[in-house]
Order: sequence, then C-alpha cells, then structure tokens
Amino acid sequence: MLTEKISENNFIRTLGNFFSEIANVAKFIVRFFKEIFTAPFEFREIIKQSYLIGYRSLPLVAITGFIMGLVLTVQSRPTLAEFGAQSWLPAMVGVSIVREIGPVITALICAGKIGSGISAELASMKVTEQIDAMEASGANAFKYIVFTRIVSTALMVPLLVIFSDFIALLGSYAGVNIYDDINFRFFFSQVFQKLNFTDVIPAVIKTIFFGFAIGLIGTYKGYNSTSGTEGVAKAANSSVVISSLLVFIIDMIAVQVTSLLR
Amino acid sequence: MKEASAKKFETTDGHDEIVLEIEHLKKSFGSKEVLKDVTLKIRKGENLAVIGKSGSGKSVLIKCIIKLIEPDEGELIVLGKNILDIDNRELNETRQKIGFLFQSAALYDSMTVRENLEFPLRQLPSSKKKEITELVEEALKNVGLLEVIDKMPSELSGGMRKRVGLARTLILKPEIILYDEPTTGLDAITSKEISHLILDVQKKYSTSSIIITHDMECARITSNRIQVLYEGVFIAEGTFEELKQSKDERVCSFFE
Repeated sequence: MLTEKISENNFIRTLGNFFSEIANVAKFIVRFFKEIFTAPFEFREIIKQSYLIGYRSLPLVAITGFIMGLVLTVQSRPTLAEFGAQSWLPAMVGVSIVREIGPVITALICAGKIGSGISAELASMKVTEQIDAMEASGANAFKYIVFTRIVSTALMVPLLVIFSDFIALLGSYAGVNIYDDINFRFFFSQVFQKLNFTDVIPAVIKTIFFGFAIGLIGTYKGYNSTSGTEGVAKAANSSVVISSLLVFIIDMIAVQVTSLLR
Repeated sequence: MKEASAKKFETTDGHDEIVLEIEHLKKSFGSKEVLKDVTLKIRKGENLAVIGKSGSGKSVLIKCIIKLIEPDEGELIVLGKNILDIDNRELNETRQKIGFLFQSAALYDSMTVRENLEFPLRQLPSSKKKEITELVEEALKNVGLLEVIDKMPSELSGGMRKRVGLARTLILKPEIILYDEPTTGLDAITSKEISHLILDVQKKYSTSSIIITHDMECARITSNRIQVLYEGVFIAEGTFEELKQSKDERVCSFFE
C-alpha cells in the first residue's frame, strides 16, 4: 500500500517536472522570437558563431557524408542487381540521400557536435559566472549568447546538409565505380534526372527546423544548467539526446506534411 | 598611510548622500533561509566590508543588489531607484552604474583581454572605436596591466585575472562597486596588492563599495566600516578597531 502510494507520488512529481520543463522551453522560445525585433541585432556575433558552427563542422560532415554515400551504394547494389536494375542505382541513391538520409544523418551529426558543444560552452560559462558577469554589466546576455547561437545553427545546418548531400553523391559515385566503370557526367545526369524541386525544397526546409531545434535545445540546456561542473556534462548529454530525438520527430512531421502537399 | 586614511571616512562632496539602501531583505532557497532580515545603508564614497563565514549569505546579498538573484521580500533602493520595481531597460541602465567584481573574475574565456574590456562599452550608443580603445587602455593602465591587452584570460595568473576583472568593472565608471571575495585564492602579497588597488579605486573615482570577504586583512585595508553577517542577519557593525574589541564570540572568531 505504502509502496503504491510512493510510486504514485513519484509519477505525479515526474509528470509535474515534465510539464514545467515544457513550459520553460515555451517561455525560452517566446523570448527568442521577441529578441528578433529588438536591437542590438548582434550581426558580428552571428557571423562569428556561423563560422564556428558551420566552417568548423565541414571536415566531420564531409567524412560522414562520403562514407554515407559510399556505403549506401555498395549495400543497395546487390538488391538492385537481383532485378537487373543496377542502372537505377545513381538515381535511387541520389533521391534517398537528398530526401531523407542526408538531412537526418547530418542533423544527427550536428546534434552531437554542435548541440553538445553549445550546451557545454554555455553551461561552463554559467558555472564560471560569465553569464552573470554579462548581465551584471547591463548587457542582454540572452541576446548575445542564446539568440545568436540559435540563429547561426538554423542557418548553418541547412548549408551543412547541402554540402553533405553533395559529398555523399561523390561517395556514391566512388561506390558505383568499385564494380562498374561509370563516367562522372553520366552518373550525375542519372542522379539529377530523377531529382525534382519537390524532393530538394522540402528536404532543405526541414533542415532549418532541425538546425533551430539543435540550437534551441543546446542553448536551453546550457543556459539553464545547474549543479556546477557536473551540470556541464549533464547539459551536454541531455542536449544530444533530446535534440537527436527532436530531429526524428520533426522528420516524421515533415514527411507527413510533404505527403499531404503532394 | 593608505590604511590610516581608509579608517577615517569622509564623504567626497561633504554630505551624507545615501547611494544604496537595503531594508528588511529576505531570501530563501527552498526551505533554507539564507538572508533572514538584512538592512543596510551605504553613503557616497564609502567602502563597506561585509564579513561572514562561508554560507552566511554574503554573495547572495550582493547578487540581490543587482538582481542577479531575485529577493523574496524587502526594499532595495540603488542610486534612487527601487531595483525591484523597475523594468528591464531601467534595470540594465542601473546595472551600468554598478560594477561587480566576481570571485573568479568571470572573464569571458573566448575573448581576449581587450575584447573583455570592450564588451561593457558596446552597449553605449555613442561609442567610437578610437574612444573605446582609449578607455580600454586607460582602464588597464589603472590596474598596471596594459601589457596583457591582447592575451587570452587562460594565459593570465589568478592575480592578473582579478586585476583585469577590476579593469572591466571600472570601464563604465561605476558609482557603486560590489566586490565578491576579491582576494580569495590569492597569495598574501597579491591579496595585499588587490586590497590597495580597491582603496586606490575608491579615492580616484569616489566610488562607494561593498566588499564581501572573510579575509580580515583585506577588510582592514579597504573598508571604512565593517558589518558582520551571521546566519543571514547582521550581528555587528563598526570600524576594524571597534570590532576587534568586541566581546561577541561570533565576532571575535574573525580576529583570531
């Protein structure tokens, strides 16, 4: 009886914490949108963060993109060969990469690299009182460190996905050429023959939401971290877990919306 | 004779203008009452040291003054404005008139010393690049560290970080400065240097200050008046010499 009561209380407390966290995230989002319309607009900091988030992620995104294209091609080839449809390989891989695999895998990589980096940075700024110092000097710390990072992530993730898609197609070209000898121009003409704007545009639009979610969760977890240095690790960890989950949820919604529009 | 001159408090403009007034301030975290009932006044040009054991609520007190922590109850009049009743814009304007030196100096890791000092100035509407550079250099000269202007905070020693933190605090020419444990973690010689620097700042800029410390040597050098915070309430007040004569065991323990 007592155990049941305790577990019931724990359940209610967990539920309460969950909804209070959701309310806090909602407040955080509202504050972000309010900041869009208030000066200073922090263009310099947005450019600096875009460089750090975008340019510095290029090597990782390029390597994973290349491997993704190569592996997908090599793994798909036997199945297509069974039906004598190897010639469909460039088009099939192209559509898969651009529509789905490229955006999702790249967003997950970004959640790991960028999201955790932002969380850890902000959490350690919090621990060492740097955020307090900004506020104490009369500056808008939220605008300077949160707003700029969310905007930069929302701008850079789509660009990284486009770059990753391109590198993945190069990987795919390399994968095709392991077994066959296909001309570079012929490979890409096959890819683009089957790719429409209706494949590319929704895929790019959803990556803006991926970027926003990664930036939002990264900054939220870092900005609100507690418990000293232990909180830094917790913030980074939960940021990766939640933003990865959000990438899948947004992708699921995007697929449904795209299907409806078609 | 810096110590001697610090003891005798004289207002810079000849009258007792109150720049900071705290009335019945209370703050709890959960069930723990950190500040139970704090009342104090600071006059223009006065240095007040607040001493107390770790966990007695000293840092919470000065963080309440600039609303980094929201108090539960009480009145907080800073430079004529009730800090608890003003909007964000006014709060930020008031914060620009109050300097805060954090215990760890809280220098921005990702910025050079120059950028750290430029950061508070970027909010001023009429700041020009040349003026900003002059102000930054002047502030660093005042703390004797012009040569580190292009270094990163990670390249500085603890004492240097505190000095740069103080330069950043001074750059907006604040009327009130709040020092949170300015000498913690420093050796005796550097602590003394920082304490004298605090005193020089008071004289040069006619600032009023609250110095949170449990370093009695720092309190002796820097303050005109000392208040003892014990479990969230002030239990004694006076000059260093007066408190030294106190019969209260809780006060005597600081002088042992």
